[in-house]
Amino acid sequence: MEGDSEIRLWIDSLSLSFGGVRALDEVSMEVKDKEILAIIGPNGAGKTALLNCINGFYKPQKGEIYFDGQKITRMRPDKLAKVGIARTFQNIELYRGLSTQDNLMAARHALMGQNFLGGAIYFGWALGEEIKHRRIVEEIIDFLEIAPIRKKTVGVLPYGMQKRVELGRALALEPKVLLLDEPMAGMNQEEKEDMARFIIDVFEGQGETYPDTPVLREGVGCIILVEHDMGVVMDIADRVVVLDFGRKIAEGSPSEIKSNHKVISAYLGQEIEV
Amino acid sequence: MGRQRGTFLENYAQDMAIIRTRLQWAMLFIFLLLLFSCPLFLSDRALTVMTMIGIAVISVHGLNILTGYCGQISIGHAGFMAVGGYTSAILSAKLGWPFWATLPCGALGAGVAGLIFGLPSLKIKGFYLIMATIAAHFIIVWLILQLYGLTGGGDGLAVSRPEIAGFTVKSKGSYFCLVMAFACLATYTAQNIVRTRAGRAFVAIRDNDLAAEVMGINLWSYKLQAFFIGCVYAGVAGVLLVHYYAFASVDLFPFMDSVWYLGMLIVGGMGSTLGALFGAIALKLLDELVTVVGPGLSAIVAPQAAASMGLIAHGLVIIIFLIFEPRGLAHRWELVGAYFRLWPFSHEERE
Ligand SMILES: Nc1ncnc2c1ncn2[C@@H]1O[C@H](COP(=O)(O)OP(=O)(O)OP(=O)(O)O)[C@@H](O)[C@H]1O
Ligand SMILES: [Mg+2]
Repeated sequence: MEGDSEIRLWIDSLSLSFGGVRALDEVSMEVKDKEILAIIGPNGAGKTALLNCINGFYKPQKGEIYFDGQKITRMRPDKLAKVGIARTFQNIELYRGLSTQDNLMAARHALMGQNFLGGAIYFGWALGEEIKHRRIVEEIIDFLEIAPIRKKTVGVLPYGMQKRVELGRALALEPKVLLLDEPMAGMNQEEKEDMARFIIDVFEGQGETYPDTPVLREGVGCIILVEHDMGVVMDIADRVVVLDFGRKIAEGSPSEIKSNHKVISAYLGQEIEV
Repeated sequence: MGRQRGTFLENYAQDMAIIRTRLQWAMLFIFLLLLFSCPLFLSDRALTVMTMIGIAVISVHGLNILTGYCGQISIGHAGFMAVGGYTSAILSAKLGWPFWATLPCGALGAGVAGLIFGLPSLKIKGFYLIMATIAAHFIIVWLILQLYGLTGGGDGLAVSRPEIAGFTVKSKGSYFCLVMAFACLATYTAQNIVRTRAGRAFVAIRDNDLAAEVMGINLWSYKLQAFFIGCVYAGVAGVLLVHYYAFASVDLFPFMDSVWYLGMLIVGGMGSTLGALFGAIALKLLDELVTVVGPGLSAIVAPQAAASMGLIAHGLVIIIFLIFEPRGLAHRWELVGAYFRLWPFSHEERE
């Protein structure tokens, strides 16, 4: 994998602190095209903080982030969504009052053009646009096997389903980079396997099974996965970055990381699940 | 939501449609026919009550978009109605503009006032925003009273009855029809706004503003749009109110009305177009009930409370709903609807 494909996302010595707490300390890394990069590290290592910097939620004090050559540091989150960065959250952050289908439709926002006047009239242009985007949303619903809960209010869904809807919502944005913050946390083994399969399928692309939805047809070529479960990381990640106390302490292929003594000592006291 | 068995949906347009069966179209048609023929068989007093209900419905639809859908609680809605009403009154009395021109100006004027007083919502939330909207009401009333040369201050401003295409909307019956036409239009547009792109953005902001921004919604723009749209509805309601009395006065827009509009939303059900409709009707009818049976009742139970029977009844009803049915009448209605679709056998496909 090394060096032979282009760099999509480049993080250049990023530093972020909250008062005295250094959440990120001179962290650099790159994500290449066609790779799943896993970020691991003990609790409080700064994994979520790093994702929050990438999607504009936190403003790092130092360092830059580039996406496809464009500087995106400290841009507003909604602008970054339009650039093509979507994410899921460690603690589910869905729109609880909306149905599954509307949660996904709401994520089409940036890709739609109608304003409230068109919406108020409804018939004509707005309806045409709604139908077009609805078709894509239905393909994503179909892909994630959540058709039975399509019209259910997401607030009442079980935890594992909510996690899946959140992945669907991120996909509905048709991102170029997908940031997944512990997508399998709190799931049972079966749910974890489902989620892992979805992530791999999204990464690889599904071809003509989903002709109307580019994000499913072509796949998302660039995924950052924050995950605690080492088994999952070993299975699906191409490369692993290890954070500890806001610093990058190791980087390499999953098997290299497994035998890295720095990583083992960082996890000491915490059991490392392999 | 369920649908009758036997209706098969063939495309997404049908799935998204509100009215699906021929029977539903027929019922809507009959309802509209009955509504607009009310002047033929209702008394003037009943027509006045219904006209006031219609105006409240328009206003509460706006508040529902702003508060029920976008989650920006406002207790200044009567203030924005005043902006609309006075804008139209001034253009009509001072410049002699016709109604069809002053109405959109009034609506727009209220919308712009909404934009201005909505600016704090970009920085503050919840309790502090409520305080800011209360302040908005009092600032607007204060300005109206200060600008004597323009508004007539405390003396008010006489305006003409609306004239549309040479026809003066003068009788109770014709004004009723005018208001109902706008109430229907308001209901139609409000429901469409909330089920399309802008409406989903509003709910996203209400339910999770952080996620909404990460998912590509410009919080700044959409919060202000909610204020603008909500206040445009208020403006239209204000214009209709002022021209109904052919007189603009700050007494038409008391602060308690701002509170009651929010109460209507609570009783009807926040974040539901049907709820806005039900809430406005329910509380206005309660008003009527209090005026009819109130004096007699208070004479028996508590003579000293006679003057505040209305306030007490309103407050009580709102508290009862907050405690026992926070989702409002609209939710009750859905439960009843589901019951009848299922009755006597399960004739429904659940989704
Ligand atoms: N908004 C904030 N304000 C103050 N401190 C914060 C904030 N966000 C993160 N931190 C601090 O930054 C450090 C990194 O937190 P972060 O959430 O990124 O850890 P993490 O690696 O995601 O941990 P976990 O595995 O528990 O999710 C922690 O010490 C945390 O307390
Ligand atoms: Mg985290």
